[in-house]
Amino acid sequence: MEPEKISPEMAVAEADVRPEEAGEFVHGTSLWRDAWRRLLKNKLAVFGLVVVVLITIASVTGPTLIKSIFGFTPDYIPTQDTQLVRSFPPFTGPNGQFSWAHPMGTDNAGRDQLARVLQGGQISLFVGIIATLVSLVIGISYGAIAGYVGGRVDNVMMRVVDVLYSLPYVIVVIVLLSMFRSQTARGQLILLFIALGSVSWLTMARIVRGQVLSLKNQEFVLAARATGVSGPRIVFRHLVPNTLGPVIVYATLTIPQIMLTEAFLSFLGLGVQAPLASWGSLAADGVQNIAIFPWQLIFPGVTMALTLFSLNFLGDGLRDALDPQMRTT
Amino acid sequence: MILLEVKDLRTYFDTDDGLVKAVDGISFQLQRGETLGIVGESGSGKSVTNLSIIRLIPEPPGKIVSGEVIFTGQDILLLPPDAVRKIRGRRIAMIFQDPMTSLNPFMKISKQLMEMTQLHLGHTKAQAYEHAVHMLETVGIPDARARADSYPHEFSGGMRQRVMIAMALSCEPELLIADEPTTALDVTIQAQILELIKKLKQKTGTSVILITHDLGIVAGMTDHVIVMYAGKIFEQARTKELFALPGNPYTKGLLRSVPDPTAQQGQLYQIPGLPPDVAHLKPGCPFADRCERAEEICRREFPPFVELTPDHHSLCHFANEVYAESTQAKRG
Repeated sequence: MEPEKISPEMAVAEADVRPEEAGEFVHGTSLWRDAWRRLLKNKLAVFGLVVVVLITIASVTGPTLIKSIFGFTPDYIPTQDTQLVRSFPPFTGPNGQFSWAHPMGTDNAGRDQLARVLQGGQISLFVGIIATLVSLVIGISYGAIAGYVGGRVDNVMMRVVDVLYSLPYVIVVIVLLSMFRSQTARGQLILLFIALGSVSWLTMARIVRGQVLSLKNQEFVLAARATGVSGPRIVFRHLVPNTLGPVIVYATLTIPQIMLTEAFLSFLGLGVQAPLASWGSLAADGVQNIAIFPWQLIFPGVTMALTLFSLNFLGDGLRDALDPQMRTT
Repeated sequence: MILLEVKDLRTYFDTDDGLVKAVDGISFQLQRGETLGIVGESGSGKSVTNLSIIRLIPEPPGKIVSGEVIFTGQDILLLPPDAVRKIRGRRIAMIFQDPMTSLNPFMKISKQLMEMTQLHLGHTKAQAYEHAVHMLETVGIPDARARADSYPHEFSGGMRQRVMIAMALSCEPELLIADEPTTALDVTIQAQILELIKKLKQKTGTSVILITHDLGIVAGMTDHVIVMYAGKIFEQARTKELFALPGNPYTKGLLRSVPDPTAQQGQLYQIPGLPPDVAHLKPGCPFADRCERAEEICRREFPPFVELTPDHHSLCHFANEVYAESTQAKRG
């Protein structure tokens, strides 16, 4: 019998479950509720969670809100005025007066910076989430199958991963993006998803395979096989849910990593193309005018840094909360 | 009526250390409604025998080299994998040793029970749920409906073993294989679980193969006993006969090493030495080095499987002598 940590809840459940005393049933805490409680105790993780939620909500609703209040879209370029300099500092109107219209100022073309940062957030978060989902789907299936089947199949599958791993993936992505350069901004975005997704699943596959390898020799898998459950069902209904802890943690840490890669590619001009914006492409625009219009770099840069920090804090918090050492099996 | 007949079953494992003959030429029969006990030390091949019956030997390194496992007229070893899967859980069910690890920690109890009947009996979700609750009630879990949606960690060891039994019996299998079902439980819970298996067996007429190293359990639960050692059957008899008139020095040793709480003996008897390394067996009797009455022939020649009575066999050069001694000791 494994040594179990006896929390008060468990002690209650243990005592209550004895057949002779069929008293009122006190429901024990579930694994996820336990983890959630531990997560809430971690101040940094809560901070991260709040910031991520706020930035996500702002990004999703922001551009629409701005349009309904001030009447311009992120790619609206004012055409009526003929001023040479169209980039205004924060909270400044066209004539230098105080104005609520552009809290983050405007860019070179006179587009509202706040609207663009929020729209960039949409794209950055979207890229991060989609690429992570791709990595989840491919990585989990691939890793779980390799781990469960084992033997020669496992060997071949994991060597393929090793080969892909050893390719410098930034170069692969750059080659991919420049070879299939799309004419439309949307096409370029889809290409970016494919490029990021295709390299992001490797670590996930390794993590899941490792988990499955250690799980598949446990007795509950033998018990499932002894009750006639088929192989695919054992993998996806019995084994994969048991790997969810580490998978969730790694996925949370993959999102900022991919967002950073996206920003890097966009900064180089390979990622998101105008008129669409992402934090990386906004920073790339801003860095050209850093001496004169510092707000063009500062706002997208700080927003991105804040988001990445928060996601990392959240990921670390989740790792602590879902730590297998703390888990009561 | 014969439910299961195992003929000359051999399961070998190809390890770095050499070929391990975990099960080497086992034959036995099991009648419908009977209970067969298999006893032996750790590593004697008890569990491998039973995993071989439902073809759950990990391949590689394991391999069923030869033999037949005839279950209601069909040789399981010749069936295609899909057909075997339909037998597992539906007609032959298993209970494992450690209830702490035999349940999936991430699945609700109800889900794990429902999986069985949905898979084998084609139950709908609602039917399967009702059946799961009914099974939990049958194995004596109080307030079953409220507890069905608990996770395994909310149950104690005895409760989890009850759930395992509920799972095993939910399709009313013809054969239940219980692999040391009470080893991980404390004594009072042991008695409850054994009583439960006995009761349910009477109710459903299921045959049982009970693997254990506790001779007390064998005496109380079984009709026939097989004593295994180093992958071979050392003695095979009706339970009463085996306990009263053992025909093999190894069985005698086992019986002597059972503690008797009423006896004033100072020290408990133990069989000297360790079980042999089955990867490197010597030509003679595998028990020879530990046997009190081993003679030169025992180290040289493999012993014969002697028929003492039509129902009683023993693997020993001196089976008849040992049997005669037992008979005499009983009279005297």
